[in-house]
Amino acid sequence: MSQFKSTDRYIASRDLEVAVNAAVTLQRPLLVKGEPGTGKTVLAHEVAKALGHPLIEWHVKSTTKAQQGLYEYDAVSRLRDGQLGDPRVHEIGNYIVRGKLWDAFESDEQTVVLIDEIDKADIEFPNDLLLELDRMQFFVYETRHTVVAKKRPIVIITSNNEKELPDAFLRRCFFHYIRFPDRETMEKIVHSHYPNIKEELAHDALTVFFKVRDVPGLKKKPATSELLDWLKLLMVEDLSPEILRAREPHVVIPPLHGALLKNEQDVHLFERIAFLNRRGA
Amino acid sequence: MLATFILKLREGGLPASITEYLSLLGAMKAGVADYNIDDFYYLSRTALVKDERHLDRFDRIFGEFFKGLEPPEGEEPRELPEEWLRAMAEKLLTPEEMEQIKAIGGFEKLMETLRQRLAEQKGRHQGGSKWIGTGGTSPFGAEGYNPEGVRIGQDRSRHRRAVKVWDKREFKDLDDNVEIGTRNIKLALRRLRRFARQGAATELDIADTIRSTAKNAGHLDLKMVPERHNTVKILLLLDIGGSMDDHIKMCEELFSAARSEFKHLEHYYFHNCPYERLWKTNRRRKDNEVPTFEVLRKYGPDYKLIFVGDATMSPYEVSHPGGSVEHFNDEAGVVWMKRLTDHFRRSAWINPQPERNWGHVSSLSMIRHLMENRMFGLTLAGLDEMAKELNR
Repeated sequence: MSQFKSTDRYIASRDLEVAVNAAVTLQRPLLVKGEPGTGKTVLAHEVAKALGHPLIEWHVKSTTKAQQGLYEYDAVSRLRDGQLGDPRVHEIGNYIVRGKLWDAFESDEQTVVLIDEIDKADIEFPNDLLLELDRMQFFVYETRHTVVAKKRPIVIITSNNEKELPDAFLRRCFFHYIRFPDRETMEKIVHSHYPNIKEELAHDALTVFFKVRDVPGLKKKPATSELLDWLKLLMVEDLSPEILRAREPHVVIPPLHGALLKNEQDVHLFERIAFLNRRGA
Repeated sequence: MLATFILKLREGGLPASITEYLSLLGAMKAGVADYNIDDFYYLSRTALVKDERHLDRFDRIFGEFFKGLEPPEGEEPRELPEEWLRAMAEKLLTPEEMEQIKAIGGFEKLMETLRQRLAEQKGRHQGGSKWIGTGGTSPFGAEGYNPEGVRIGQDRSRHRRAVKVWDKREFKDLDDNVEIGTRNIKLALRRLRRFARQGAATELDIADTIRSTAKNAGHLDLKMVPERHNTVKILLLLDIGGSMDDHIKMCEELFSAARSEFKHLEHYYFHNCPYERLWKTNRRRKDNEVPTFEVLRKYGPDYKLIFVGDATMSPYEVSHPGGSVEHFNDEAGVVWMKRLTDHFRRSAWINPQPERNWGHVSSLSMIRHLMENRMFGLTLAGLDEMAKELNR
C-alpha cells in the first residue's frame, strides 16, 4: 500500500504522516484541527495526490445538513412535475439528488473525501453522520435501497474548533492537531512553494513574519497561508530585502501589510506601536 | 502492558475508551509504527487523544508510563557512548570552552565525573549546582551556565532525536483549565445561544407547504417561515477597580467576546458589590450613574444576569448597611444582590479568581451562598458550566 509522505509541495511533519497513514490503513476518518492557515484543507488535496485517488470535497456551511451529503429528495419539483403531468413523476428515483458521500461510495476506485470545516454546521451534524462514516453505508428511505461503499473512501475532516464535536463521533476518528510550524519547517515550506525565492528575501521576510506573530494583543495572528501570500506580493513587487531589514516591525508597519494583517484593529495596533517607538527613539 | 497504559490515561482524566484502544492495536498490527518509539508515540497520540486540550496531559502520562522503556535512571551507571558525547561537545562548545574543559583535567576527566554523577543521582533533577538536570550550574545537564558543561539532550541540539518529543510538552498552553482568549470565550458563550424565528419570512417551510398544497387540491402553495436568530438577552454586571485590576485583561476578553456573540447585551459596572447605583462608562462615572431600580425596571426577567467579579472585599461590604468603601449605602449589599437575583429568572456569577482560592475569602463564600452556588470560574470549563446553568 502506498504511504503518505512529505512532498516537494507539502511539508508534513512526521507525526502528521503517522496520523494519515494510520487513518488510511485502518480506513477510519482523520480529524484535523489547527490554527487557521496551517494547511488543513490542503492536506486532503495532497493526500489525494500522493495516493493517486480522486478527491471529493464537501464544504460545510452553517446551513448544511448531514442528509445533504447523502442525498436530497426534491419534493418541490416532483410536485410541480405532477401538476404539469410530466411522466417522470411516477419514478421517485428521478427526484433523488445525490450528495457527495453517495458519489464517493458509488465510485469504482477508492476516493479521498474532504469534509471541510465540520464545526460550521449545526451541533447535530456529526452525530447524524456516525453510522454512515462507521459502516460507510446508508439507507435511501424513498427508494428503499441501501447504498454501500464499493471501496471505503479515505475521509479527512477539518475543524476550526468553533463547536465541540460529540464523543461518539470522536471515538471513531483519528485525531491530529497541526501545530504552528517552527522557523526551520517554515523555511522548508517557503522553499517548497517558491523554489526561486531569493535567499535573503526569504530570510528577512521570515524574521519580520515571526516578529509580527510575537506582537502581543494581535486579534488574528498571520499564519502560513498569509505568509505565502505576502511573500508572493513581495516577489511580484520585487522589493529588495533591505527594505525589510531597515523596517523592523517595531518601528514601521511591514510593507504590503495587507496580506499579513487582516484586521483593522491589528493595523491600528501596529500604527500605535510604531508611533510610540518613533517617539521613544 | 498497553491496557495498563489506557487505564493510566483514564485515571489521568483522558476519555480514552475501548474503541480507541482497539484501533490503536489495529494500527500497530498493520505496522503503522514500526518498532520506533517516536512513531509509536505519534500513533498512540493520534488514536487516543481526540482534543488538543488533552495533548499536554497525554504527553505527561506517556512520559511517566514509558519511563521504564528508557534505561533506568540512577540504578546503574549509564553507558553513554563516548563518541556521542565527544561529538556533542565538539558541536556545542567553542574552542575557548574546550580550552576551559582542559582546565578541570580534560575531556576524559569530565566524562569520568559525569559517569560518577550519573551513578549517584537518583531521579530527575532540576536546578542546583551538582546534579545532572536542567537549569543548573553543574557541568552536566541542560540550560545551564557552566561553560564546562555538557549538554544532555536538549531542544537546541542538532540531535533532535535525542530529545524525547513528549518531554517537550509543546501543547502546554492548550490544556483545559488554563485561562482563555477571546475566541475560546466566544465558543463557550455560544452555548448560551437560543434560537427563535424572527424577522422576514425567507425560508421554505416544507411541512406547511405540503399541508397547504394538499388542502389546495394539489395546487402548489408555497409557505415561508422567518430565519432563526439568536434571541438570548444578557445583562452583564462587571466589577471594576480595586482587586479586579489583576484580572482586567481576562475580563476585557470576556467582555469583547460576549459583545460580538450577543445582539442583546447590556452591561453596567459596579465596585465590589452592587448597591443602589450602577454606571455604564467608567471614565465619566459621576455623570452617568443609573439607579439600580431603573435597571431592574428596564430589563425584563427574561434577561440572563451575569455578574463578573472576584467577590473579594471586606465582609461588611456585603452584609451591612454603610459597609461600602465608596459611599454610605442605606441598604446592605445582600439586599441588592437579592433584589437582582430575584428579578432575573436566570443569574450566575463569573469569578476570575482561581477556584482553589475560593474557600479562603469569607466575602466570596457569602456571595457564593447568595448566588446559591451559581459561581463559576473564568475558564472554559467554568463558562461551559455557567451556560448549562443559565440555559436550564
